[in-house]
Amino acid sequence: MPQPLLEVEDLTVHFPTEDGLVKAVDGISFSIQQGETLGIVGESGSGKSVSFLTVMGLVNQKQAHITGSVRFQGQDLLTIPAEELRTIRGAKMSMIFQDPMTSLHPFYKVGQQIAEAIRTHQPVGKAEAWDQAVDMLGRVGIPRPEERAKQYPHEFSGGMRQRAMIAMALSLNPDLLIADEPTTALDVTVQAQILDLIDRLKSEFNAAVAIITHDLGVVAEHCDNIQVMYAGRIVEAGDTNDIYYKSHHPYTWGLLRSIPRLDSATNERLKPIQGSPPSLINVPSGCPFHPRCPYVMDVCKVERPPLNPADGHHASACHLTLTDKQRIFSEEVLVHR
Amino acid sequence: MSVEVTEQSPPRPDAGKQPLVRLSGVKKFFPVTQGILFQHRIGDVHAVDGVDLDVYPGETLGLVGETGCGKSTLARVIMRLYDSTAGTIEFQGRDVTHLKGKELRALRSDMQMIFQDPYASLNPRKTIGSIIGAPYLLHKTVAKDKIKPTVQELMELVGLNPEHYNRFPHEFSGGQRQRIGVARALALKPKLIVCDEPVSALDVSIQAQILNLLEDLQAEFKLTYVFIAHDLSVVKHVSDRIAVMYLGKIVEMTTGGTLYENPKHPYSGALLSAVPIADPELARARRRIILEGDVPSPIDPPSGCRFHPRCPQAQFPRCSAEEPQLLPQHPGQFAACHFPLEDRATVVGDTPA
Amino acid sequence: MGRYLIRRTLFLILVLWIVSVVTFVIFVKLPPGDPARRATGGRGASEEQIEAARHNFGLDKPILTQYLRFAKGLVPWPSWFLYDEVYHSYGSNVPVKEQVFSRLPVTIALAVGAAVMWLLLGVPIGIISAVKRRTIIDRASMVFALIGVSAPVFWLAQLALYIFWFKLEWMPGSGIPLDQGVFKAMLTGRFIMPWVVLSLTFAAFYARMIRGNLIETMGEEYIRTARAKGLSERKVVFRHGLRAALTPAVTLFGLDLGGLLGGAIITESVFNLPGIGKLAIQSIYNSDFPMVMGITIIGAFFIIIANLLVDVAYAFLDPRVRYE
Repeated sequence: MPQPLLEVEDLTVHFPTEDGLVKAVDGISFSIQQGETLGIVGESGSGKSVSFLTVMGLVNQKQAHITGSVRFQGQDLLTIPAEELRTIRGAKMSMIFQDPMTSLHPFYKVGQQIAEAIRTHQPVGKAEAWDQAVDMLGRVGIPRPEERAKQYPHEFSGGMRQRAMIAMALSLNPDLLIADEPTTALDVTVQAQILDLIDRLKSEFNAAVAIITHDLGVVAEHCDNIQVMYAGRIVEAGDTNDIYYKSHHPYTWGLLRSIPRLDSATNERLKPIQGSPPSLINVPSGCPFHPRCPYVMDVCKVERPPLNPADGHHASACHLTLTDKQRIFSEEVLVHR
Repeated sequence: MSVEVTEQSPPRPDAGKQPLVRLSGVKKFFPVTQGILFQHRIGDVHAVDGVDLDVYPGETLGLVGETGCGKSTLARVIMRLYDSTAGTIEFQGRDVTHLKGKELRALRSDMQMIFQDPYASLNPRKTIGSIIGAPYLLHKTVAKDKIKPTVQELMELVGLNPEHYNRFPHEFSGGQRQRIGVARALALKPKLIVCDEPVSALDVSIQAQILNLLEDLQAEFKLTYVFIAHDLSVVKHVSDRIAVMYLGKIVEMTTGGTLYENPKHPYSGALLSAVPIADPELARARRRIILEGDVPSPIDPPSGCRFHPRCPQAQFPRCSAEEPQLLPQHPGQFAACHFPLEDRATVVGDTPA
Repeated sequence: MGRYLIRRTLFLILVLWIVSVVTFVIFVKLPPGDPARRATGGRGASEEQIEAARHNFGLDKPILTQYLRFAKGLVPWPSWFLYDEVYHSYGSNVPVKEQVFSRLPVTIALAVGAAVMWLLLGVPIGIISAVKRRTIIDRASMVFALIGVSAPVFWLAQLALYIFWFKLEWMPGSGIPLDQGVFKAMLTGRFIMPWVVLSLTFAAFYARMIRGNLIETMGEEYIRTARAKGLSERKVVFRHGLRAALTPAVTLFGLDLGGLLGGAIITESVFNLPGIGKLAIQSIYNSDFPMVMGITIIGAFFIIIANLLVDVAYAFLDPRVRYE
């Protein structure tokens, strides 16, 4: 196996606050290979965004207690000096965010902002950086990029702004692109365009992509592997087929059963997950999902289940036996389909 | 010779019943002004541009569309929160288009609304007991000493703990706040509830709870819903019939099942192929209709069929010259298109014509 | 943009007109007694002198005509602006225009000097406090800000004079010797205490404002994007954060400076500086209406021009505002 591009091991990120210690990320381990597309699915409070903000160094030791290791191309990003991390951030690894309207500076032209990214990492002059910026805008499908580069973000539509963000993130040919809820703020038809764009550019730029979202539909078509997060932990990880057609975790089942599907009959009753999302300060003991789990056993309240690989790379953090998991899935979740 | 096309409903168990709400030719424009000293109107935002719609008692009518399609504006026009620029609105057979003052207030007890943002739509300075009970004070339908028990009954109905009567909104989670909104809407036992994106701001695991709650309440109280959302999966799940809107007009109207299996309007087809599906094989089995460009602005709608600049199968000159009417395609299905999609056009494996 | 500016200009002309009407009413119509008596300077004057004054100053004409005569002096046309026939001081019998323009340099020196000082003091303090939030530095500067904003100027001025002039004899006293021009006065340090005292309040206010703006700006999403691009923290704060945080401060600065140019009345009075602020106070006490009117109009003009410049500056700084 070639060395993974990104290897995260036992990462924890705890924020000290007035109300207590917020355990935003509570011991996660995963890896991303070169050229892979990984989907990270979870609701608010699952820790999906914080994990990658920590990988990028946007959450640092000054703000939170961070333990574990984040190895990117062999280097542990948590131990290298900030200066060095900055040369990686934006160049070898870049990130786009949910709302492109607020994520771009309103006072600077779009071309300027992209050129700034380029000049931060490469010794090129203003004119050349500008030309590269215009070129990138063209490559993400923005028509008449020379004119558009001279405009301000508020003159762009929502979809175009997101394209511009993508252009900026890819301008230095990174090996990893992290997209944090890239389509949530966009209209449905534009969402599809952006996801297709990311697919196309991924192969053009030969980059690995991490898509963070709460929408199980968004990752279905565009990801190789998926990990499901809950209360700061990874509860299930596997490839797309595993998650949708063979999942092994009650939370994943709960998600699949509770989202309305286009192909199900109208008014077929949804089966919601009982209860509410957990507090990250007072995380439930043992398995954090146990208060809401329909299959809870005594051991679940006491012992934290490890992320066990079942068939090779398909892992789930649950005390149920493999046989039970397979049985429950085929009887109760598959039937819903 | 012009043919008046009127909205007809598909055969329903209670066919022959009068529609609860009937909209005819409803338009809502917002003026765009410009000027140095005196602002004069230079144009209009055509938020709703000629909508005929019937809503039958007991049904859930879904309104779906993207930014600028006018669904939220239409909802507010139905609720008489906006005055329509043109057209008529009938409620239970009565023309309510121009009601004002006391009569309008009386109408409010029959029509209520649930809003999108559970964090913004509740007054943070009032207890939830007073929020839910406010309609009773306003309309004087319940004696003062009976308000609290009535409100607590409502709270239980929507899944809230009645002991939390005196708590404030910030003490509740998003899902619970939305339940408070539902309770408030139910207080006067309205006939119609307009739900404007009621679950969009909620986490996925909570959305299902609220959708189930709305379903249960509809059965128990024989409510009629107009359900607005941009998420087609959610709309299809709750609605009996769906109206797809684009730039202020209804472009297709049919049942959810028909819409999914057999859309006739290219925009519906595009929407269906764009909606994320939590099933990789099913998602890949769709025929993709990818639209170019962005959703246009309703200030200067395109000529003829409003969809023609983005339509993958527009044919000229007809599509840019003539505005299509909402015409029957199959029983119970209406689409406004000169060249509607072939049957089963969104399924891969079937050869398109 | 052009349309916007034209609209603003017309509006401000309206403001100027309203100011003139209100001032006129307050100083001519409202006071009890005989305006002609006031016009003689209030000293014991004979009946003939009073009547002569009444005629000279046009006080025998109908009220509307009187107003129109004053209104003519509003127009910035060389021969009309504050023209001597109407704008002639009651008390000191000199043309208003001459008096005002001769004392203007002192006020300008005071205002501009204080402005420079409060920017140099307030802005860095605001930035440092925001960047080093919740540290000792931050708390100390906010205490300074609180004092600066709360302490009245006349108190600070008296205090400064007492300590630095009377007790320590470091600074020259109040006033400007008659033979000294403004520049010489600045060089001999006669403006130092006035500058410091006047700027303290503003510095404190600006420090607080910039601190608040910068903290808010640094919480914006585009700051996260800037960091994600790999920019150094310095570039993030200055090029991204400050750029947005300073924009409202720029506009406020224009307005503050514009207002000060109309006369820093209290500072000028306490330090006995012969600027138009002091002149204004004296003229009000003496009921010298033409002088009061003249100074008010000059002040109004400064504020109007400041407003327009600020609007242009804001549109220049914030591209979202440019398209009306």
